[in-house]
Order: sequence, then structure tokens, then C-alpha cells
Amino acid sequence: MTLPLKYHFFISAIFLLASSSLQAKANGEQLYSTHCSACHGPNGNGGVGVPLALPDFQYGVTNDYLTKSIRLGRPGRIMPAFTELSNDDVKAIVKHIRSWAPGKPFKYSNKKIKGNLKHGKKIYMQSCAACHGAKGEGGKGTGVTFSRPRDLPVIAPALNNTGFLASAPDLMIKTVLMNGREGTPMLSFLKQGLSEKDIDDVVTYVRSFEKKVTTKKTTEEINPVASFESPHSLKETIAIIKRAIAGKNFRIIREQYLNQGLVEKGKENKKQVMIYFCNFNFLNRALAIDPRAGLFLPCRITAVEENGKVTVMSTNPLYMSSFFNNEELDKLCEELNQIYTDIVEESTF
Amino acid sequence: MKYNNLTKFLIGISLLLVIATSQAEQLMMARTKQTFPEAMLNLQETIRDVGYTVSRVQRIDIGLTKSGYATDKYRIVFFGTEKEIALISKKYPHLIPNIPWKIAIFAEQQDTLLVTANPMQFSNKQYPGADKYLLKWKNDIEKIMSILRKSE
Repeated sequence: MTLPLKYHFFISAIFLLASSSLQAKANGEQLYSTHCSACHGPNGNGGVGVPLALPDFQYGVTNDYLTKSIRLGRPGRIMPAFTELSNDDVKAIVKHIRSWAPGKPFKYSNKKIKGNLKHGKKIYMQSCAACHGAKGEGGKGTGVTFSRPRDLPVIAPALNNTGFLASAPDLMIKTVLMNGREGTPMLSFLKQGLSEKDIDDVVTYVRSFEKKVTTKKTTEEINPVASFESPHSLKETIAIIKRAIAGKNFRIIREQYLNQGLVEKGKENKKQVMIYFCNFNFLNRALAIDPRAGLFLPCRITAVEENGKVTVMSTNPLYMSSFFNNEELDKLCEELNQIYTDIVEESTF
Repeated sequence: MKYNNLTKFLIGISLLLVIATSQAEQLMMARTKQTFPEAMLNLQETIRDVGYTVSRVQRIDIGLTKSGYATDKYRIVFFGTEKEIALISKKYPHLIPNIPWKIAIFAEQQDTLLVTANPMQFSNKQYPGADKYLLKWKNDIEKIMSILRKSE
């Protein structure tokens, strides 16, 4: 079969599009600026994310660790898995991150450390759990903006995180335990009086977290929007929504039409009403967990009348929360989702 | 395969490719070296330059401070177009709770961070017609973020 000329152009364009998507320009600085800088800072000084330019971090991690961390992320701990980047892109980003390193990093073999699990647990509980959590869940919050004092450069990483455990070889964990990380609260445990054998035992205990993996719902399993038909008129529905909001200890901060501010005053569609509300204690908790959580704000329920039918809608905070890859935020959003559900149900009952 | 079917097939593949590459990151973020007041002004001007109207700015920090909580500067900027809001709310009501679109903007030391959801995350198989609007918003937000990223 011979294709007309226009199809040749079309097919070529598709291949061009595909290849340009899959083999994006490997400009490390530009890629870092687009994908990493918002959290880790333009010079790797940290922010929402950890400070990558810290000399002890640079010396202590391998390129393989950085590559795997980019690829796998830290499930539930904000750092997303960058699965869409090409290998060349990831390599270029790692190279750019390495440009801040004043020297060559350590190299580790993948040799497994076999210590005493029971003894390792005992030491872990005494010396590590206060910062890294009893189950290796890590410190709470993130970023320097709201979640912790600005002079504290990093929160304790989650050692039970599947992304961390898959990225860090035993010898890397051991080296950090032995030397500590200058510029962070992580101290050298050799200097704290532990022996190398004790440290091997702790590594063995940390590695045992690998067996306790949990799975979470994917976005495909969560409905992004809650939408219910109201048996009441639009006016009555709005009045019930407001009462329900007050009943949940939230404050109504604004009521406005959907297209208000976009159309000339007086020409708004008065059958599309948004009710914004807030509980500042709740809000403060959310921002302490993740400073980007403002994206949920303010809380909102929308009531719309179309062809005489009134519908009450809200976003599903759990769906939005799934974008943040933050387990702590997920928990808070479960609470918020329940509040939204209660308000919507009450106003449409 | 007939040529008109081939055309449909090729268009379908093209759209799938565009959508697949657009869904990569769930959040769209940018850091600008501008201070918060500069970035706030720049963001609103850039939104207008890209063809949207800023419908409202919610001052999150003011509410928090009034309630006794310490906070950095934090705002939410809502934007859209009259035409798109009217069309989307009529044809794709599942998107109503997410419009007008918003960008959260907050200070982080001397820098300012911007964050929004990738509109393509709200793509719904039941409403494939909405994808062209979501994709347009995504591309426009990318432009906005890119301009802010480069601003000093």
C-alpha cells in the first residue's frame, strides 16, 4: 500500500513528537530548575526538600543513590517518583547536583551487612527513634517555611521508606551512622561511643523495615469530585450548606458566584454559587505538614442550579492530597473529606 | 485500513501522546528568586499576559495572623476567562469545583514558591472533550511558571 504524501508528513510528525518527549534535551541545570529547584532550592540549599548541596551529603551518597531516589522518590514523603524523565535527563540532573560537590563521593559495594537484629533494635530505640521515629517513619512536616525553624536544615528522613531502602546500600547507611552528617542534627555514632559492630546491628535493624511495606490507594481509585443532587431550592440549599459549615466549626469567609470577577459586575451567573469557608486551626495544621497545602484553600462547596435541578459539589481532598505524596497530609485530608461529605450530605438530604 | 480511518487513528495516537506526556507531574511548581511582593505582582501580570483574568486573590496569611498563627506571606490567586468558565460549567460540570483555576504563592526566605495542580490530573474518560481545555490550561500554566522561574 502506498500512502499519500500528507500521511508521510503526519507519521513523521508523530515520531518527532514521540522522540522529543522521550528524549528531552539533557540540560542538567535547566532540568533541575524545572523539576527540583522549587523544593530543593536553586543551589541545592533545601527548602521543602532536603539540602542536596550539603558537603557531607554530597560525599556520602553515590550517583546510583541519587538516580534511584529520583526514579523511585520517597512514597508518602513528598519527593515524587520521576518516572517520566528519560535516563539521559536523570543523568544530567545528577551531574548538575554533583557540580556542587567539592570532592569525589564515597563508593560503596552492595555487600549486605548481617548484624544482630535484636541488639540493633535496642540501640535504634535508644539512639535513633527520637528523631527517625519508633518505626523509622521519620520526622514530621517538611520545608523550612512553616514546618520547622529556618535554622534546622533537614527533618529526619524516614528510614522505613521503600524509596530510601531501595536507594541506599547497607554500607552507605553504615557510613552515615559512623560519620554523622555535619550541618544536620545527625551525629557520628562512633563519637557517641558505639562500636562498629553496634552500628552493623543498627543497619540490620533498619534494613528489616523493608518487610513492613504498606500500599495506598492510587488516584484511579479515588473519585476527584463529590456531587449530589439537592431536593431543595438553590436558596434553601445554600442556607443549609452554611448551617452545616457552622456546625463543623468552620467559618464562612466568602460567598460568590462562579464567574464573579471574570464578568462585568451585575452580569454574574447567579445560579452558580461558591461558598468558601475555613477553620484556621485546621489550616495551620495542614500548612505545618506541607506548606504547599494552600492549594486546597480555601475550603469550598459549590451549589449550581441547571434546568431547575440543584447540585451540590466539592472537590475530594483525598484526590488532591494524592498529588502531594505526603502520608501525613493524606491523614488530615481523610478528616477534611469527612467534613466535606457531612456538609454535602446534610445539604442534599 | 481506509485513509479516513487512518487519519482518525493517527489523530488519536497524537492526542494520546500529547496527553501521556502532559500527565507526568501531578503538581506544577516553580521557585522564583523574586521577593514575595515582586513575585505576586509578576504572577498577576503574567497571568494577564497569557490571556486570563485574575478573578480574586485570597490572603491566607492575613486570616492566619488574625487568628493568632505565625505565617509567612501566603496568597491564592484565582484566574480564568469568562468564556471558558461558561463553557466548562455547562459542558463539563465535573470540573466546576476546580474552576476558576488557582495558583498558591508563598514566601520562602528571600525566594517565592508557586504551586498548582496539573490540570491534566482532572482528565476524565467520560468527558474526553474537556481534555483540550485541560491541556491548554496546563500549557499556559507551564508558560506562567517558566516566566516566573526566570524572573529575578
